[in-house]
Amino acid sequence: MMSNHIKLMQGNEACVEGAIAAGMRFFAGYPITPSTEIAEISAQRLPRVGGKFIQMEDEIGSMAAVIGASLTGLKAMTATSGPGFSLKQENIGYAAIAEVPCVIINVQRGGPSTGLPTSPAQGDIMQAKWGTHGDHPVIALSPSSVRETFDLTIKAFNYAEKYRVPVIMLMDEVIGHMREKVEIPNREDLEVIDRKKPTSGLVDYKPYRIEDGELVPPMAEYGGEYRFHVTGLVHDETGFPSNTPKVAESLIKRLIKKIDDNKKDIFLYEEYKLEDAEIALISFGSTARSAKSAVDMARAEGIKVGLFRPITIWPFLDTEIEQLAKKVNKIITVEMNLGQYAIEVERKACKYAHVDKYGKLNGELITPDEILKKIKEV
Amino acid sequence: MSSRLINEYLREDKLPHIWCPGCSHGITMRAIVKAIDNLNIEKNNICIVSGIGCSSRAPGYMDFNTLHTTHGRALAFATGIKMANPKLKVIVITGDGDCAAIGGNHLIHAARRNIDITTIVFNNNIYGMTGGQYSPTTPQGERGTTAPFGNIDKNFNLCNLVKAAGATYTGRSTAYHVNMITKLVEEGIKNKGFSFIETLSICPTYYGRKNKKGNVVDMMNYLKNNSINVKAAEKLSDEQLKDKIIVGELYKTQEPEYTEEYKKIIESFQKER
Amino acid sequence: MATSLKIKNEKKLIVKSEWCKGCGICAAFCPKNVLSIENEIVKIVDIDACIKCGQCEMRCPDYAIYLGGKDDE
Repeated sequence: MMSNHIKLMQGNEACVEGAIAAGMRFFAGYPITPSTEIAEISAQRLPRVGGKFIQMEDEIGSMAAVIGASLTGLKAMTATSGPGFSLKQENIGYAAIAEVPCVIINVQRGGPSTGLPTSPAQGDIMQAKWGTHGDHPVIALSPSSVRETFDLTIKAFNYAEKYRVPVIMLMDEVIGHMREKVEIPNREDLEVIDRKKPTSGLVDYKPYRIEDGELVPPMAEYGGEYRFHVTGLVHDETGFPSNTPKVAESLIKRLIKKIDDNKKDIFLYEEYKLEDAEIALISFGSTARSAKSAVDMARAEGIKVGLFRPITIWPFLDTEIEQLAKKVNKIITVEMNLGQYAIEVERKACKYAHVDKYGKLNGELITPDEILKKIKEV
Repeated sequence: MSSRLINEYLREDKLPHIWCPGCSHGITMRAIVKAIDNLNIEKNNICIVSGIGCSSRAPGYMDFNTLHTTHGRALAFATGIKMANPKLKVIVITGDGDCAAIGGNHLIHAARRNIDITTIVFNNNIYGMTGGQYSPTTPQGERGTTAPFGNIDKNFNLCNLVKAAGATYTGRSTAYHVNMITKLVEEGIKNKGFSFIETLSICPTYYGRKNKKGNVVDMMNYLKNNSINVKAAEKLSDEQLKDKIIVGELYKTQEPEYTEEYKKIIESFQKER
Repeated sequence: MATSLKIKNEKKLIVKSEWCKGCGICAAFCPKNVLSIENEIVKIVDIDACIKCGQCEMRCPDYAIYLGGKDDE
């Protein structure tokens, strides 16, 4: 048995290591601060494990190449930041409707537009959910440490493969560039999920046929046993386009349902000192680290505060937030934007608790002192 | 019942196709499967990728691995497919708007990499699917619904464009010169690198009507009477070649192919171990 | 050579009229005037003149006319 591997690592590096451990064998990207190291390290690492790296001509092309490679049987990923994330939206929608597993890393920086290229932000919360047009499913995760970036990248691939859905990792500049000690687990201790393949020897193979009681069709690959058609148009189980209202509705509803019905499996979060808390902070990503310190500082002064840290951003942790609201008197959302996650929290919590928000978007981290001040205000 | 070629290579249950009466896309699609038939390539080893537009509907009718992607992006999707499995013969079917306007960047970069993809553009000089807007290949002075007073944009010479960008095989044919399409596609598929075949197509419904080009047969005769083989064209002056369509194998060379070069990098690490 | 000629001669001109869109390309480019368009559908008007050259099949955008061999019937 191999001994555990301990390394000082950057978040962006941990992301690539996690991806390779999850089985990533294709990466297409385009240089953009502050995610570039993910492309650079992928270029270094992938050929060593028989994988492929390509720097595409633009962000749109990177997303397209990732989908092409995934349809050809490889676990595939791309990485970007705000401006590039905007460009990728077109084909993220394609991956959603054609049900192509893929992972999109967004190391968030200040926006809109070119914004603050080297400063952290958490302003892409809503874009991760609604960036591409039309109703569609999406999973988004947000790590708040380097080690968690490693773990969540594996999870991101697992969800992508299991549910045939694009999975977005909402990192931020701080998490991407911060260095921490990471203890890399042994391979055999990692849970790695591969896409389900169709059974061999089918006479009448249909690429989107769903087994009874299932919501995700098994996935063949180009160059394999079956020939099939894939389109971004609304399609029936044969994969061919259809204009029938019934087909359109049942397809989109199933795409949503395959995520909704599996929230238990997808919901990830951390609770910190919430047992007796009267005030709950809700914070994620790098901001949650400051929030955690603020909890300790407030507690030292006798204020009963705890932290709820969403790890899964989308689908929204609706039941968990409702439960939390029932337990505490006040909720303060803390995020590096003007209250994007707060909108969702208010929607679920306002019936039970007072919801306040603290946001900042000047490119500076939110400090524990600022949060403590806010706690004392409410 | 239909001919062996159609029966074997097209998805007959999807026919008749959606293209307008006299649209030449069906002719070109048949010429392509004829090339595949001549080369005797196993159907499962072929992947046909398209973007958006009239021409991009072709893969839906073709009984291979097929992918109908987003507008302009076919070559970027195809690049991912070819990288993931270099054994696949990857063919891109695209239109003039799809590959030269919204997909122009992907086109020149796929050519630059010399990745082994055969791209066939069905160039009908117009956006057909959206109802006749002018495209990057609409000749200057001609009309589209968005060029009601005549197009003032200069049009692209697509074969020159991709050659300059690094393609190792280019050829041009027309919907009249059907056997030539087949021959060029065969050579394009055989070329280990980026191959580009432009087929001038007719769009009687929009381009033809908008520009008073006569009926379907008139448009077909225009292609017949105004084309000149590249060999014959060599002897003529630019003045003599004005408004002529130069057809045939235009360019052929050998350069390292992208996925093979990448394979060498992978292999260098396997040796290391 | 003799065999292939024989097979070629056994081929028969077949119209699949449900796929015909009546564009007229086949009739216009048939070298022997075998075909005509009537009521927007192709009609064989002079089968005896047909030399089975296959131009119509090659040029039909809709796969509505072809030379069928024995296997095709």
